[in-house]
Amino acid sequence: MDVQSWTFLIVGATFALYIGIAIKARASTTGDFYIAGGGVHPVINGMATGADWMSAASFISMAGLISFMGYDGAVYLMGWTGGYVLLALLLAPYLRKFGKFTVPDFVGDRYYSNGARIVAVICAVFVSFTYVAGQMRGVGVVFSRFLEVDINVGVAIGMAIVFFYAVLGGMKGITYTQAAQYCVLIFAFMVPAIFISILLTDNLIPQLGFGAHLGGEIGSRIAGGENISLLDKLNGLNTELGFTEYTSGTKSKLDVLCITGALMAGTAGLPHVIVRFYTVPKVRDARISAGWALLFIAILYTTAPAVAAFARTNLIDTVSEANYAQVEGEKSIPQWFKTWEDTGLLAWVDKNADGKVQYVAGAALAGKPSFAKADDGSWARGDHGQRLVTNSNPETANELYVDRDIIVLANPEIAALPAWVIALVAAGALAAALSTAAGLLLVVSTSVSHDLLKRVFMPSISEKNELIAARVAAAAAVMIAGYFGINPPGFVAQVVAFAFGLAASSFFPAIILGVFVKRANREGVVSGMLVGIIFTASYIIYFKFMGGTPDQLWFGISPEGIGALGMLINFAVAFVVSRFTPPPPQEVQELVEHIRVPVGSSGPSAVH
Amino acid sequence: MTGSKQDNADRYWARNLRILFALLAVWWLVSFGAGIIFADSLNEISIPGTGFKLGFWFAQQGSIYVFVALIFIYARLMSKLDAEFNVHED
Repeated sequence: MDVQSWTFLIVGATFALYIGIAIKARASTTGDFYIAGGGVHPVINGMATGADWMSAASFISMAGLISFMGYDGAVYLMGWTGGYVLLALLLAPYLRKFGKFTVPDFVGDRYYSNGARIVAVICAVFVSFTYVAGQMRGVGVVFSRFLEVDINVGVAIGMAIVFFYAVLGGMKGITYTQAAQYCVLIFAFMVPAIFISILLTDNLIPQLGFGAHLGGEIGSRIAGGENISLLDKLNGLNTELGFTEYTSGTKSKLDVLCITGALMAGTAGLPHVIVRFYTVPKVRDARISAGWALLFIAILYTTAPAVAAFARTNLIDTVSEANYAQVEGEKSIPQWFKTWEDTGLLAWVDKNADGKVQYVAGAALAGKPSFAKADDGSWARGDHGQRLVTNSNPETANELYVDRDIIVLANPEIAALPAWVIALVAAGALAAALSTAAGLLLVVSTSVSHDLLKRVFMPSISEKNELIAARVAAAAAVMIAGYFGINPPGFVAQVVAFAFGLAASSFFPAIILGVFVKRANREGVVSGMLVGIIFTASYIIYFKFMGGTPDQLWFGISPEGIGALGMLINFAVAFVVSRFTPPPPQEVQELVEHIRVPVGSSGPSAVH
Repeated sequence: MTGSKQDNADRYWARNLRILFALLAVWWLVSFGAGIIFADSLNEISIPGTGFKLGFWFAQQGSIYVFVALIFIYARLMSKLDAEFNVHED
């Protein structure tokens, strides 16, 4: 069977699974819809959190990012895992004891202010929508690449699936489908990774292969008889071609510290992750569930950098100085190169007209490849059969454009794996994107039906009507997300940095102060949140959208890292303003005492 | 809360904070410390039998293992603390 048929089969089977689970996990109360009835087993919650967390970006793009960044890729690896320690130790158990339904619930009650609640709702909705736009787009892209379905049709199919289990089952439906999606995505990620590890280092555990000596079928060829470790070889290959050593980085230490910090605090401040810890039966389960979540996430996050190093080593060794056209007796590019060139993820410009691919430091093209068309409408081809590009960058000697998504997508082909493995990767990427999208959409839906309607504008709304409102809001959110998937704002990738920076500078300090500092009051925390958000947003907007230049950066801190500074500013402002304004009322101080102690947590049956 | 119950809760909270400080210190050392600030010096050392330079290893793999362990250790320590101060659920 060819790849496309396998893909239809495997993706279809996974979709049938999700729909089946959704039917079984129908929501019948607001408790079901908001927190899955509060009875989710910690291990299942861990799997669901893992899938919720790992988006299409984690699955497809992260290994590619790391592969080009080398050591600097650690900002994502540590940033996106270290935050779970903060979540587990500083937030999850206390929010579970608080025991309501959403993050704005906590902010509104703890800071005895509907104003604070509404600020929190706006932040949650903004953060979630910016994130979800990228996910729906990702779904469309996977459909178009693997199933040759038009991107927009792909987005629509994704929307339909999420619509079904989110509107029908709410958090209950989402949790159990996410657990299934975790199984699909981890299997899909690990299978090619294990194969590549064996081919390059003769070691079937990628985490170990990462540090091993070159061996195996492809590895021995690359080592050329030398007894050298993969990383040493990669460092050598990098420096020969003018790149920095793989195990060193290019970013400044301060920038690395800030980006890592912003990502960690942002992770712990993202509403769709936090809300997962409301769904377990007890405080004790919340703690353990965070451990399971990180364990399941770590399986992928410790494999990705290995895959990144394997793929880069193999790529450089295979294409550097290779002839584009097949030449007897000389190194020539492999078939997969041409296949992926046809998808636009690879492009070669023969800048020095020697017929060979030179891959060195510097941007080969001005941005993404723009391919030329011939008079008859087909792709224009050069002397050796390569696709011609119109936007070559004459200022560098680098002739090769490599899209970082290729690292994961092309792996199965590079390792000559069977067609069903490629289909599996498609199913895994879809599982990752759909699970994250669902979690985000639920935050939007509950913000409207619970935080705005029930808690602020229509407190006497009946349970039945609140549930209807939640379903309608979920449906509307899916539509809007789908719209953004079909017409993505140009800045989708940048807005993810936005989402983390805002979560780090708004929610994270607000919740930490709420639990650990009794004196933190409404005036202090709301001021802190507003100042933190405005500072972070202005910095990001200035540098990402208004053309700020690198020499204008404060201490060299990039927009991705400014959330760390925004967070500190939030804490500082909140402390100072709290000192000069009235302390929180007695019932709020008692609320803080109440959430600091596990005993008396409401069980699953006592929900709402 | 009555006086002695408040007392109990206060002492429980103080012990909770101690556990947090200890675990977060390790969290910080392994990530920001070994993975970033001291990475260059640690890179002078290679893990024997592998191609891993120590700083790089902490940054891309080792710190993550420690994070996972920290959370499970935290859950364990807190369960014992809850029982000790009689504030555990069920």
